[in-house]
Amino acid sequence: MKCRKCGEPAVISLRRHNTAFCKEHFFGYFENQVKKAIHEQQMFGSQDRVLVAVSGGKDSLVLWDVLLRLGYQAHGLYIDLGIGEYSQRSREKVVQFAEERRATLRIVSVEEEYGLGTEELARRARRPPCSACGLNKRYIFNREAQNGGYDVIATGHNLDDEVATLFGNVLNWNGGYLARQSPVLPATRSNLARKVKPLYRLTEREIASYAVLKGIDYIVEECPMARGAKSIAYKHLLNQLEEASPGTKARFLFGFLEKGRPAFQEYQAEHDPVEVQPCSICGQPTTAGVCSHCRMLQRAAVLPGSD
Amino acid sequence: MKVTVPTPERKVYAIKGPKAVSEILKQIGLPCESVIVICGSELLTPDYVVPDDAEIQVRPAISGG
Repeated sequence: MKCRKCGEPAVISLRRHNTAFCKEHFFGYFENQVKKAIHEQQMFGSQDRVLVAVSGGKDSLVLWDVLLRLGYQAHGLYIDLGIGEYSQRSREKVVQFAEERRATLRIVSVEEEYGLGTEELARRARRPPCSACGLNKRYIFNREAQNGGYDVIATGHNLDDEVATLFGNVLNWNGGYLARQSPVLPATRSNLARKVKPLYRLTEREIASYAVLKGIDYIVEECPMARGAKSIAYKHLLNQLEEASPGTKARFLFGFLEKGRPAFQEYQAEHDPVEVQPCSICGQPTTAGVCSHCRMLQRAAVLPGSD
Repeated sequence: MKVTVPTPERKVYAIKGPKAVSEILKQIGLPCESVIVICGSELLTPDYVVPDDAEIQVRPAISGG
Protein backbone atom coordinates (compact mmCIF):
# COMPACT_ATOMS: atom_id res chain seq x y z
CA MET A 1 0.00 0.00 0.00
CA LYS A 2 1.39 3.41 -1.03
CA CYS A 3 0.89 6.91 0.33
CA ARG A 4 -1.73 8.73 -1.75
CA LYS A 5 0.34 11.93 -1.63
CA CYS A 6 3.94 10.86 -2.25
CA GLY A 7 3.93 7.20 -3.28
CA GLU A 8 6.16 6.11 -0.38
CA PRO A 9 5.11 3.01 1.61
CA ALA A 10 1.99 3.78 3.66
CA VAL A 11 1.78 3.31 7.45
CA ILE A 12 -2.00 3.62 7.64
CA SER A 13 -4.97 3.09 5.39
CA LEU A 14 -8.04 5.26 5.89
CA ARG A 15 -10.89 3.46 4.17
CA ARG A 16 -13.41 6.16 5.08
CA HIS A 17 -11.39 8.60 2.99
CA ASN A 18 -10.44 5.94 0.42
CA THR A 19 -6.78 6.79 0.97
CA ALA A 20 -3.52 5.80 2.67
CA PHE A 21 -0.65 7.87 4.05
CA CYS A 22 3.04 7.59 4.89
CA LYS A 23 4.08 8.76 8.36
CA GLU A 24 4.78 12.36 7.35
CA HIS A 25 1.55 12.84 5.41
CA PHE A 26 -0.49 11.08 8.10
CA PHE A 27 0.81 13.62 10.65
CA GLY A 28 -0.19 16.41 8.25
CA TYR A 29 -3.67 14.92 7.80
CA PHE A 30 -4.04 14.49 11.56
CA GLU A 31 -3.05 18.04 12.48
CA ASN A 32 -5.31 19.40 9.74
CA GLN A 33 -8.31 17.57 11.19
CA VAL A 34 -7.59 19.08 14.62
CA LYS A 35 -7.09 22.57 13.15
CA LYS A 36 -10.32 22.21 11.16
CA ALA A 37 -12.23 21.22 14.31
CA ILE A 38 -10.81 24.16 16.30
CA HIS A 39 -11.39 26.77 13.60
CA GLU A 40 -14.72 25.61 12.16
CA GLN A 41 -16.27 25.18 15.60
CA GLN A 42 -14.55 28.32 16.95
CA MET A 43 -13.28 26.34 19.94
CA PHE A 44 -10.53 28.73 21.08
CA GLY A 45 -7.94 31.17 19.80
CA SER A 46 -4.18 31.50 20.12
CA GLN A 47 -4.47 33.82 23.14
CA ASP A 48 -6.77 31.51 25.13
CA ARG A 49 -5.51 29.44 28.04
CA VAL A 50 -6.55 25.83 27.48
CA LEU A 51 -6.86 23.25 30.26
CA VAL A 52 -6.48 19.75 28.78
CA ALA A 53 -8.10 16.97 30.80
CA VAL A 54 -5.53 14.16 30.70
CA SER A 55 -6.01 10.58 31.88
CA GLY A 56 -2.84 8.86 30.66
CA GLY A 57 -4.77 7.22 27.82
CA LYS A 58 -4.05 7.73 24.14
CA ASP A 59 -6.76 10.30 23.37
CA SER A 60 -5.94 12.89 26.00
CA LEU A 61 -2.16 12.61 25.65
CA VAL A 62 -2.40 12.86 21.86
CA LEU A 63 -4.66 15.90 22.22
CA TRP A 64 -2.19 17.58 24.56
CA ASP A 65 0.70 16.72 22.22
CA VAL A 66 -1.03 18.20 19.17
CA LEU A 67 -2.14 21.37 20.96
CA LEU A 68 1.41 21.97 22.20
CA ARG A 69 2.78 21.34 18.69
CA LEU A 70 0.27 23.83 17.27
CA GLY A 71 1.55 26.43 19.75
CA TYR A 72 -1.45 26.73 22.05
CA GLN A 73 -1.11 27.56 25.76
CA ALA A 74 -2.19 24.09 26.83
CA HIS A 75 -1.82 22.98 30.46
CA GLY A 76 -2.75 19.49 31.65
CA LEU A 77 -5.13 18.52 34.43
CA TYR A 78 -4.82 14.97 35.74
CA ILE A 79 -7.39 13.63 38.19
CA ASP A 80 -6.08 10.72 40.23
CA LEU A 81 -9.25 8.67 40.58
CA GLY A 82 -7.81 6.32 43.19
CA ILE A 83 -8.37 3.17 41.11
CA GLY A 84 -5.50 1.12 42.56
CA GLU A 85 -2.52 0.29 40.34
CA TYR A 86 -4.33 1.52 37.24
CA SER A 87 -4.36 5.09 38.58
CA GLN A 88 -0.75 4.75 39.71
CA ARG A 89 0.41 3.66 36.23
CA SER A 90 -1.67 6.24 34.38
CA ARG A 91 -0.38 9.01 36.66
CA GLU A 92 3.21 7.97 35.91
CA LYS A 93 2.52 8.18 32.16
CA VAL A 94 1.06 11.68 32.46
CA VAL A 95 3.87 12.98 34.68
CA GLN A 96 6.50 11.56 32.31
CA PHE A 97 4.73 13.10 29.29
CA ALA A 98 4.63 16.54 30.96
CA GLU A 99 8.26 16.35 32.10
CA GLU A 100 9.51 15.39 28.62
CA ARG A 101 7.78 18.43 27.13
CA ARG A 102 8.27 20.75 30.12
CA ALA A 103 4.53 21.27 30.09
CA THR A 104 2.49 22.55 33.04
CA LEU A 105 0.53 19.82 34.82
CA ARG A 106 -2.03 20.21 37.63
CA ILE A 107 -2.94 17.12 39.66
CA VAL A 108 -6.03 16.56 41.82
CA SER A 109 -6.47 13.41 43.92
CA VAL A 110 -10.00 12.13 44.55
CA GLU A 111 -8.82 10.11 47.56
CA GLU A 112 -7.18 13.17 49.10
CA GLU A 113 -10.31 15.26 48.54
CA TYR A 114 -12.98 12.80 49.68
CA GLY A 115 -11.07 10.20 51.66
CA LEU A 116 -12.16 7.43 49.29
CA GLY A 117 -11.47 6.30 45.73
CA THR A 118 -13.84 6.13 42.75
CA GLU A 119 -14.90 2.49 43.26
CA GLU A 120 -15.95 3.05 46.88
CA LEU A 121 -17.56 6.38 45.99
CA ALA A 122 -19.67 4.70 43.29
CA ARG A 123 -20.59 1.79 45.58
CA ARG A 124 -21.68 4.07 48.41
CA ALA A 125 -23.56 6.40 46.07
CA ARG A 126 -25.21 3.38 44.38
CA ARG A 127 -24.17 4.57 40.93
CA PRO A 128 -22.47 2.66 38.07
CA PRO A 129 -18.69 3.34 38.37
CA CYS A 130 -18.42 5.12 34.98
CA SER A 131 -21.35 7.36 35.87
CA ALA A 132 -19.90 8.35 39.27
CA CYS A 133 -16.47 8.83 37.74
CA GLY A 134 -17.78 10.97 34.86
CA LEU A 135 -19.83 13.14 37.20
CA ASN A 136 -16.87 13.62 39.50
CA LYS A 137 -14.49 14.45 36.65
CA ARG A 138 -16.84 17.01 35.07
CA TYR A 139 -17.23 18.73 38.44
CA ILE A 140 -13.48 18.86 39.13
CA PHE A 141 -12.63 19.96 35.55
CA ASN A 142 -15.01 22.88 35.87
CA ARG A 143 -13.82 23.86 39.34
CA GLU A 144 -10.12 23.67 38.40
CA ALA A 145 -10.72 25.67 35.22
CA GLN A 146 -12.38 28.38 37.30
CA ASN A 147 -9.68 28.34 39.97
CA GLY A 148 -6.87 28.42 37.42
CA GLY A 149 -8.41 31.15 35.25
CA TYR A 150 -8.59 28.99 32.09
CA ASP A 151 -10.73 30.04 29.13
CA VAL A 152 -11.65 26.56 28.01
CA ILE A 153 -11.46 22.86 28.94
CA ALA A 154 -10.37 20.50 26.15
CA THR A 155 -11.14 16.78 26.37
CA GLY A 156 -9.91 13.89 24.23
CA HIS A 157 -13.37 12.77 23.06
CA ASN A 158 -13.01 11.33 19.56
CA LEU A 159 -15.26 10.40 16.66
CA ASP A 160 -15.93 6.92 18.08
CA ASP A 161 -16.82 8.32 21.52
CA GLU A 162 -19.22 10.81 20.00
CA VAL A 163 -20.80 8.26 17.66
CA ALA A 164 -21.26 5.73 20.49
CA THR A 165 -22.84 8.42 22.69
CA LEU A 166 -25.13 9.48 19.84
CA PHE A 167 -26.09 5.86 19.16
CA GLY A 168 -26.94 5.30 22.84
CA ASN A 169 -28.96 8.50 23.04
CA VAL A 170 -30.88 7.65 19.88
CA LEU A 171 -31.62 4.12 21.10
CA ASN A 172 -33.13 5.65 24.24
CA TRP A 173 -34.45 8.86 22.63
CA ASN A 174 -32.77 11.03 25.23
CA GLY A 175 -34.00 14.32 23.82
CA GLY A 176 -32.18 16.51 26.32
CA TYR A 177 -28.83 14.82 25.71
CA LEU A 178 -29.35 14.90 21.93
CA ALA A 179 -30.02 18.64 22.09
CA ARG A 180 -26.78 19.19 24.01
CA GLN A 181 -24.39 16.79 22.22
CA SER A 182 -21.83 18.96 20.44
CA PRO A 183 -18.06 19.38 19.91
CA VAL A 184 -18.43 22.68 21.78
CA LEU A 185 -20.38 23.17 25.01
CA PRO A 186 -20.56 26.92 25.59
CA ALA A 187 -20.13 28.57 28.99
CA THR A 188 -23.77 29.41 29.64
CA ARG A 189 -22.97 30.73 33.14
CA SER A 190 -20.04 32.73 34.47
CA ASN A 191 -18.94 29.81 36.67
CA LEU A 192 -19.38 27.16 33.99
CA ALA A 193 -16.30 26.65 31.81
CA ARG A 194 -16.54 26.26 28.04
CA LYS A 195 -15.79 22.66 26.98
CA VAL A 196 -14.43 21.56 23.60
CA LYS A 197 -13.51 18.30 21.85
CA PRO A 198 -10.81 19.03 19.24
CA LEU A 199 -10.41 15.32 18.31
CA TYR A 200 -14.06 14.77 17.39
CA ARG A 201 -13.23 14.39 13.68
CA LEU A 202 -10.67 11.59 14.27
CA THR A 203 -11.27 7.89 15.00
CA GLU A 204 -9.73 5.96 17.86
CA ARG A 205 -7.67 3.92 15.40
CA GLU A 206 -6.23 7.12 13.90
CA ILE A 207 -5.44 8.48 17.37
CA ALA A 208 -3.80 5.23 18.54
CA SER A 209 -1.77 5.21 15.30
CA TYR A 210 -0.62 8.79 15.87
CA ALA A 211 0.40 7.93 19.45
CA VAL A 212 2.50 4.95 18.37
CA LEU A 213 4.14 6.79 15.47
CA LYS A 214 4.99 9.80 17.68
CA GLY A 215 6.33 7.53 20.44
CA ILE A 216 3.74 8.70 22.99
CA ASP A 217 3.80 6.27 25.91
CA TYR A 218 0.16 5.89 26.95
CA ILE A 219 -1.62 3.42 29.19
CA VAL A 220 -2.82 0.65 26.88
CA GLU A 221 -4.90 -1.32 29.36
CA GLU A 222 -8.56 -0.45 29.78
CA CYS A 223 -9.76 1.09 33.04
CA PRO A 224 -10.87 -1.89 35.20
CA MET A 225 -14.04 0.00 36.11
CA ALA A 226 -15.04 0.31 32.43
CA ARG A 227 -15.23 -3.44 31.74
CA GLY A 228 -18.64 -4.30 30.35
CA ALA A 229 -19.48 -0.61 29.70
CA LYS A 230 -22.27 -0.13 27.15
CA SER A 231 -20.17 2.37 25.21
CA ILE A 232 -17.63 -0.36 24.37
CA ALA A 233 -20.37 -2.70 23.12
CA TYR A 234 -21.75 0.13 20.95
CA LYS A 235 -18.29 0.83 19.53
CA HIS A 236 -17.80 -2.81 18.52
CA LEU A 237 -21.18 -2.82 16.83
CA LEU A 238 -20.52 0.48 15.03
CA ASN A 239 -17.13 -0.74 13.84
CA GLN A 240 -18.81 -3.75 12.24
CA LEU A 241 -21.01 -1.33 10.30
CA GLU A 242 -17.92 0.74 9.43
CA GLU A 243 -16.13 -2.34 8.08
CA ALA A 244 -19.09 -3.12 5.83
CA SER A 245 -19.57 0.50 4.76
CA PRO A 246 -16.59 2.81 5.39
CA GLY A 247 -17.57 6.33 6.45
CA THR A 248 -20.76 5.25 8.26
CA LYS A 249 -19.65 6.60 11.65
CA ALA A 250 -18.62 10.02 10.31
CA ARG A 251 -21.82 10.35 8.25
CA PHE A 252 -23.94 9.44 11.30
CA LEU A 253 -22.24 12.01 13.56
CA PHE A 254 -21.68 14.87 11.14
CA GLY A 255 -25.19 14.46 9.70
CA PHE A 256 -26.65 14.60 13.20
CA LEU A 257 -24.68 17.73 14.11
CA GLU A 258 -25.80 19.48 10.93
CA LYS A 259 -29.40 18.31 10.59
CA GLY A 260 -30.52 16.43 13.70
CA ARG A 261 -29.28 18.44 16.65
CA PRO A 262 -30.94 21.75 15.69
CA ALA A 263 -34.32 20.00 15.65
CA PHE A 264 -33.73 18.53 19.11
CA GLN A 265 -32.59 21.92 20.42
CA GLU A 266 -35.75 23.54 19.11
CA TYR A 267 -37.97 20.81 20.53
CA GLN A 268 -36.31 20.92 23.95
CA ALA A 269 -36.49 24.72 24.15
CA GLU A 270 -40.22 24.57 23.42
CA HIS A 271 -41.25 21.50 25.44
CA ASP A 272 -38.68 21.10 28.20
CA PRO A 273 -36.80 24.36 28.84
CA VAL A 274 -33.91 24.07 31.28
CA GLU A 275 -33.50 26.58 34.07
CA VAL A 276 -30.03 26.69 35.54
CA GLN A 277 -29.36 27.99 39.05
CA PRO A 278 -26.45 27.79 41.49
CA CYS A 279 -26.22 24.65 43.64
CA SER A 280 -27.20 25.51 47.22
CA ILE A 281 -24.11 23.66 48.51
CA CYS A 282 -21.23 24.30 46.09
CA GLY A 283 -22.55 27.12 43.90
CA GLN A 284 -21.84 25.33 40.60
CA PRO A 285 -24.65 25.49 38.00
CA THR A 286 -27.47 22.94 38.28
CA THR A 287 -31.06 22.44 37.18
CA ALA A 288 -31.97 21.23 40.69
CA GLY A 289 -31.57 22.85 44.11
CA VAL A 290 -28.57 20.66 44.92
CA CYS A 291 -26.35 19.62 42.00
CA SER A 292 -25.99 15.94 41.08
CA HIS A 293 -22.35 15.95 42.22
CA CYS A 294 -23.20 17.18 45.71
CA ARG A 295 -26.14 14.73 45.86
CA MET A 296 -23.71 11.92 45.00
CA LEU A 297 -21.34 13.04 47.77
CA GLN A 298 -24.27 13.18 50.19
CA ARG A 299 -25.33 9.63 49.32
CA ALA A 300 -21.71 8.50 49.76
CA ALA A 301 -21.67 10.23 53.18
CA VAL A 302 -18.80 12.48 52.11
CA LEU A 303 -21.06 15.50 52.60
CA PRO A 304 -23.74 15.76 55.33
CA GLY A 305 -27.39 15.36 54.36
CA SER A 306 -27.28 11.81 52.95
CA ASP A 307 -30.58 10.28 51.89
CA MET B 1 4.90 -15.91 13.85
CA LYS B 2 3.99 -14.72 17.33
CA VAL B 3 0.92 -12.49 17.58
CA THR B 4 0.21 -10.78 20.92
CA VAL B 5 -3.07 -9.11 21.83
CA PRO B 6 -2.33 -7.21 25.09
CA THR B 7 -5.86 -6.22 26.15
CA PRO B 8 -8.55 -6.67 27.43
CA GLU B 9 -7.08 -10.08 28.39
CA ARG B 10 -3.57 -10.79 27.16
CA LYS B 11 -3.60 -13.46 24.44
CA VAL B 12 -0.73 -14.89 22.42
CA TYR B 13 -1.27 -16.71 19.12
CA ALA B 14 1.19 -18.78 17.05
CA ILE B 15 0.22 -18.31 13.41
CA LYS B 16 1.89 -19.79 10.35
CA GLY B 17 3.39 -17.16 8.04
CA PRO B 18 3.91 -15.51 5.69
CA LYS B 19 0.44 -14.03 5.94
CA ALA B 20 -1.20 -10.65 5.24
CA VAL B 21 -2.25 -8.55 8.24
CA SER B 22 -5.88 -8.60 7.08
CA GLU B 23 -5.83 -12.43 7.05
CA ILE B 24 -4.24 -12.56 10.51
CA LEU B 25 -6.96 -10.30 11.89
CA LYS B 26 -9.64 -12.42 10.26
CA GLN B 27 -8.11 -15.55 11.80
CA ILE B 28 -8.12 -14.12 15.34
CA GLY B 29 -11.52 -12.50 14.85
CA LEU B 30 -10.67 -8.80 15.23
CA PRO B 31 -11.92 -6.15 12.76
CA CYS B 32 -9.31 -3.84 11.16
CA GLU B 33 -11.27 -0.79 12.30
CA SER B 34 -10.92 -1.67 16.01
CA VAL B 35 -7.18 -2.34 16.21
CA ILE B 36 -3.73 -1.19 15.18
CA VAL B 37 -1.02 -3.69 14.23
CA ILE B 38 2.50 -2.92 15.42
CA CYS B 39 5.89 -4.42 14.61
CA GLY B 40 8.61 -2.75 16.71
CA SER B 41 7.76 0.95 16.47
CA GLU B 42 6.16 0.66 13.02
CA LEU B 43 2.53 0.26 12.01
CA LEU B 44 1.52 -2.40 9.51
CA THR B 45 -1.19 -1.84 6.89
CA PRO B 46 -3.78 -4.57 6.16
CA ASP B 47 -2.02 -5.68 2.93
CA TYR B 48 1.41 -6.05 4.58
CA VAL B 49 2.63 -9.66 4.46
CA VAL B 50 4.12 -10.66 7.82
CA PRO B 51 6.99 -13.18 7.61
CA ASP B 52 6.86 -16.39 9.62
CA ASP B 53 9.65 -15.36 12.03
CA ALA B 54 8.11 -12.00 12.98
CA GLU B 55 6.61 -10.89 16.29
CA ILE B 56 3.69 -8.48 16.05
CA GLN B 57 1.27 -6.85 18.45
CA VAL B 58 -2.41 -6.39 17.67
CA ARG B 59 -3.43 -3.55 19.97
CA PRO B 60 -7.12 -2.78 20.45
CA ALA B 61 -7.80 0.90 19.82
CA ILE B 62 -11.20 0.95 21.53
CA SER B 63 -11.59 2.38 24.97
CA GLY B 64 -14.72 3.23 26.84
CA GLY B 65 -16.44 4.11 30.03
